[in-house]
Amino acid sequence: MTLITEAVAPPAAAAPGRVQVSRGPWATAFRKLRQDKAAMTALGVLVLIVVVCLMAPLYATYVSKTDPFSSNLSGTITVNGEDVAVMQAETEGLGLGTTPIGPTYTGAYFFGADTQGRDVMARLLYGGQNSLLIAGSSTVLTLVLAGLVGIVAGFFGGWVDIVLSRLLDIMWAFPVFLLAISLSIVTISHGLVIGPITISSDSLLLPILIIGLIFIPYVARPIRGQVLQLKRSEFVLAAIGLGVPQRRILVVDILPNVASTLIVFAPLTMALNMITESSLSFLSIGVQSPAASWGTIIEDGQGLLYTRPLVAVLPGIAVVITVVALNVFGDGVRDALDPRAKLRVKD
Amino acid sequence: MGFILLRRLGEMLFVMAGISVLVFLIFFVTPGADPAARIAGRNASPEVLAAVRHDFGFDQPIWVQYLLLMKRLFITGDLTSFVNRGQKVIPSILEALPITFSLLLGAAVLWVVVSILIGVTAAMMRGTWVDKTLMVLGLIGVSMPVFWVGEVANLITQSRYHDTWLFSWVPALGYVPLTQDPWGWFKALVVPWITLAILYIGLYGRVLRASLVEAYQEDFIRTARAKGLSERRILIRHALRTSLVTFVSLFGLDFGALVGGGTLLVEYVFGLQGVGFLTFNAFGNLDLPMIMAAVMYASVFVVGANAVVDILYATLDPRVRTSRA
Amino acid sequence: MLDRTPSEPLLSVDSLTVSFRTEHGLITAVDKVSFAIRPGELVSLVGESGSGKSLTSLAVMGLITDPNAILTGSIRYKGRELVGLSRHKLQAVRGNEIAMIFQDPMSAMTPVYTIGWQIAEQLRAHRKLTKKQARTRAIELLAEMGMPSPEVQVDRYPHQLSGGMRQRAMIAMALSCDPSLLIADEPTTALDVTVQAQILRLIEQLQRNHGSAVILVTHDMGVVAEVADRVMVMYAGRIVEEGPKEPVFMHPGHPYTEGLLRSIPPMHGVRPHRLIAIPGAPPSPANRPPGCRFSPRCAYRYEPCGIDPPLFRKEQQDIACYRAEALLEPVGVQRP
Repeated sequence: MTLITEAVAPPAAAAPGRVQVSRGPWATAFRKLRQDKAAMTALGVLVLIVVVCLMAPLYATYVSKTDPFSSNLSGTITVNGEDVAVMQAETEGLGLGTTPIGPTYTGAYFFGADTQGRDVMARLLYGGQNSLLIAGSSTVLTLVLAGLVGIVAGFFGGWVDIVLSRLLDIMWAFPVFLLAISLSIVTISHGLVIGPITISSDSLLLPILIIGLIFIPYVARPIRGQVLQLKRSEFVLAAIGLGVPQRRILVVDILPNVASTLIVFAPLTMALNMITESSLSFLSIGVQSPAASWGTIIEDGQGLLYTRPLVAVLPGIAVVITVVALNVFGDGVRDALDPRAKLRVKD
Repeated sequence: MGFILLRRLGEMLFVMAGISVLVFLIFFVTPGADPAARIAGRNASPEVLAAVRHDFGFDQPIWVQYLLLMKRLFITGDLTSFVNRGQKVIPSILEALPITFSLLLGAAVLWVVVSILIGVTAAMMRGTWVDKTLMVLGLIGVSMPVFWVGEVANLITQSRYHDTWLFSWVPALGYVPLTQDPWGWFKALVVPWITLAILYIGLYGRVLRASLVEAYQEDFIRTARAKGLSERRILIRHALRTSLVTFVSLFGLDFGALVGGGTLLVEYVFGLQGVGFLTFNAFGNLDLPMIMAAVMYASVFVVGANAVVDILYATLDPRVRTSRA
Repeated sequence: MLDRTPSEPLLSVDSLTVSFRTEHGLITAVDKVSFAIRPGELVSLVGESGSGKSLTSLAVMGLITDPNAILTGSIRYKGRELVGLSRHKLQAVRGNEIAMIFQDPMSAMTPVYTIGWQIAEQLRAHRKLTKKQARTRAIELLAEMGMPSPEVQVDRYPHQLSGGMRQRAMIAMALSCDPSLLIADEPTTALDVTVQAQILRLIEQLQRNHGSAVILVTHDMGVVAEVADRVMVMYAGRIVEEGPKEPVFMHPGHPYTEGLLRSIPPMHGVRPHRLIAIPGAPPSPANRPPGCRFSPRCAYRYEPCGIDPPLFRKEQQDIACYRAEALLEPVGVQRP
């Protein structure tokens, strides 16, 4: 999994008119984005997904009427006026095992049940909340930390830069997925204890922290490059020549440009993080049971793949739709903010 | 030139040493993680724990443990697994290697060929519905979690359509060595190849289209036309050739990352006991010698791929060559 | 100068119009341009950027590939119509019969091949030569271009050469198949002043040795003064004046030509105190004034200028200006 950037150039011409830095380019970009039909459609899809997932409690309380976080192996539901067991006796083979109920497409157990007799629809909605939350929060974490590292390394240079850059090099060369797995495995067994703070092993903070950390080099390196480029640019040199204090240069000239690059990175990083989260959860080292994410539901559905394939297929479709929407929206944001930046995200 | 090579080698060694320290720290110093407790089992008595600690050298200072591990990995080469005692680490990796390589090589051939076809077709027909369809398909390919694609592929070829003429030839999950049964090897790997390749076909197809479209804006394409060359020659010798730089470097990095364990999810879904699988199991058991060996092996490939890409870059783009010399 | 006896034109362009479909409607960049080039003559096509001179030359080469471009009119080369010719047949003409060199030889050459490879590629596209023969020929051509140690330079990449040497390689490539017509689009603009003169000398000398006709596209009247036999001045998509160099330079008929001539620093002799620039800027193709397109910037503007002037013949010059007509039949036009 890599996130590649080539020459993320600062938005041109923003420099001399200071007022324009904060208003002009952003307003233009915003207008451009609003005119981008594909990007707006993608944004609409994303908002819809978030809203639908937020309605999870409504479905669980009023439609499903079961607890999606505890098993329901002996329960029954009413389908077309008949009482049906959620876990049905197997008709094939020895007839010893049970098979969860398939999709009813009406009311409760809309998409059937998983091996624990839990409502798949309810878990999909709750799982979506977690998947979105983790992907979103870890993106914020990545961008903030990577922005910080990139700016500090690029702006202050010297030893700080050498140390930070070497660290980034090491992380860069570590196969990123292996890094995620090793961090997850170590923390998932006993949780994480940092001084007085204890994060339990089933906390969502763990996947957020891990996914937020591993992609830092992929964002920090281009940011550092951009800051170096900005530092050499004519308008910053002119500002230095005029005796503008460093702090002011950082705030007025460097930050707005870095911010726009980070915004370009945001949706694409989130798409990458969402896939990473689902992969970790699929390997049982992401979100921990009984909590759900789209990845854990695919993992739950693995055993039912040939009997109740919907359990594994549906969350995957949810991931694909979300990630496609994020990528399309991300392309739109990139084109709107900085058409010259060639930035790609790949998994 | 010699100096540059030495410097490059030094950088590689530095990065690999850094990685080994990083992995060591992750597994030994992360608060809350105690390898002895893991190895001894959940309900081990304090005495057993102490014995395990002593046995495995966990009672020594951290840096001694690190150096011992490195010495056994690189100098004496007699590193054995903590979990399956007696299992030599390096031979197990060598055993898993052909499986990963079989998976990767087939997939790489597939994704390179198909993505070039897609990228070229889309670029040549840019703006038409063919271009748009291909690019949307590519985007979907990039957006699908690979393990889920594998599951769906299994669902189709192993269950739902297995009894039709279409997929009745697909064997049960697992690996068949090439030397034992070449045809069986091929049949067992076709579905995993396609699964692994889909993502990269989407990605490379899109990247290639973009760089071809860009190349066609260049002045030298106009010159090539003015020279009276055929469109075919302009495409292959000028546009594609200059786009190749991005394509090849991308390929090098991805290939390195995949050999270094990136194929784990595909191996996991299709029951192929390759290097990724091995690494994942070692992680799960906190089998530190195995982890160390697997990660060092992985980073050799990743760091090596980085170096190869740099060299290829210089071969493909004479401008880079001169600036380095 | 070559002998000036009238002969069959090598190239005759008739009512060439190039327009583009855009969001703001159809924009005409080149508007009914007609001219003829005789074998072996060196004609200069002069104009400011946006005048349509480069598009005119690209149209002759069939190099306008923009899908939104519409090209009408006729371009006849040795009596053969090029407009609407199949791609395959056009390929046999390009590089072989008509060759072109471009402004920036750095971006105009494929960066990943040596100059020798690129010259050989063109040779082998039109001549039956082995790789070795093509390479030998490439070295000969480079030597002819005045390149020192051509057998070494032949294996150099474009970025390894200086701007002047790159342009020499570009010219060597263009001349490799002995074209009857060479179109040079601003061949000296990207070069240092000293190198500019060398390249101009080279083009002039090659034109004599090879007998090729040359269309020299430039915005620089100084360049025209150096080498051209004949001058065509373009303004806002039209040819506004055309004629042999001497009369055009001595007695410019169009106010625009006059303005251009006043604005060039002399290449030799004492520099004038200040150069006089033409006031205003050329109109964009989307926004051209009605009538004579130069009239808003013209000091001689008077009533008839509201109607598009046709070309008037004045001895050897063709001039698209009513003032020229007035001068021919003096009716006492008042200078403003």
